[in-house]
Amino acid sequence: MKLSCMKSINKILTSIAAMMLSTLTFAQGKEVEMADGLRSSGKIYVVVAVVVVIFIGLLAYLFASERRLKKLEEELEANKS
Amino acid sequence: MKGAKSYNFLSILLGIGLSVVTVLVLWLTIGSEMSQGAKVGISMVQIGAVVYFSFKFGWWKGLCVGLVLFGLTAGMLNEVPRLPIVNESIRNLYYHVPMWFAMIIMLTGSVVYSIKYLMKGNLDDDRIATELARISTVFGVLGLITGMIWANYTWGAPWSNDAKQLSALVGTLIYLAFLVVRESFDDDVQRARVSSVYSIFAYPLLITLLFVLPRMMADSLHPGGNGNPAFGEYDLNEGMRVVFYPVIVGWTLLGVWLADIRVRTKRCEAKLYEID
Repeated sequence: MKLSCMKSINKILTSIAAMMLSTLTFAQGKEVEMADGLRSSGKIYVVVAVVVVIFIGLLAYLFASERRLKKLEEELEANKS
Repeated sequence: MKGAKSYNFLSILLGIGLSVVTVLVLWLTIGSEMSQGAKVGISMVQIGAVVYFSFKFGWWKGLCVGLVLFGLTAGMLNEVPRLPIVNESIRNLYYHVPMWFAMIIMLTGSVVYSIKYLMKGNLDDDRIATELARISTVFGVLGLITGMIWANYTWGAPWSNDAKQLSALVGTLIYLAFLVVRESFDDDVQRARVSSVYSIFAYPLLITLLFVLPRMMADSLHPGGNGNPAFGEYDLNEGMRVVFYPVIVGWTLLGVWLADIRVRTKRCEAKLYEID
């Protein structure tokens, strides 16, 4: 009785192991995962838009700072002469 | 770096237009039926010509804006090779790698100005050399941080004592030391002379650290090392090159722009002291 029970447990374990192995090999054969869903749904553009807005904002700040610097340069030049 | 060359709205627009033309021409070159070496050579010449003319006409700020914006958008949207482990993070090539390229290009400029200072003794050359080195160090630190983030998800840990990681760290530290040591001199001329000499010695050391030593080590995790599963420089497909080259130019120009602002601030300071 005990022996047959052990045998059946053994059988179940082996079949589970085989199943896991097969899923593992299946996963390896699968195509490499990429963010296709994100791109096909179009939402990647939202991220791109956010990045662009942030960069343009920083650029505007850079231009504004440079304008102040230019004013200072001109003033110094005028003072000198 | 001729200083306060005035820009206006039109020059920015023309620069952005030039960046569009640059990308189109590069796309035609790289997509054409030539050998890989010819393509790389011709696109380098094209990029060099564009940069030269943008400086000559004062359009380089617009070119910078156009190319960086192109890199930020096309870098996310273009088709990339499907590789295991790196997956979409291969796009970091458009954001992490340009930091190092821009750093090397600007440090080369810095050394040129250091040599120029030693030859002619004009303090303005020292100012330019230092500010280029300063912004390069900032780029280097950003490169290290972004590299650690990328490494965490592809190599399993942010820091794995990889040959290139270590030498990039040492290289960045050398330039940090350069910037700190400079400040310890009170005399302008002495400071300029010592830091120019330091810079001329530091530069070959950095090149050795970044390009020679990692290749001599047996197993660097970085691409280009032996047996690396990710991507070498030559695995870059054509679509990636069309984004990669402009992005390097764009970020380098942004660094030059930031350095330019600081150089001009320092010129103003120098003038103020002269008046006193």
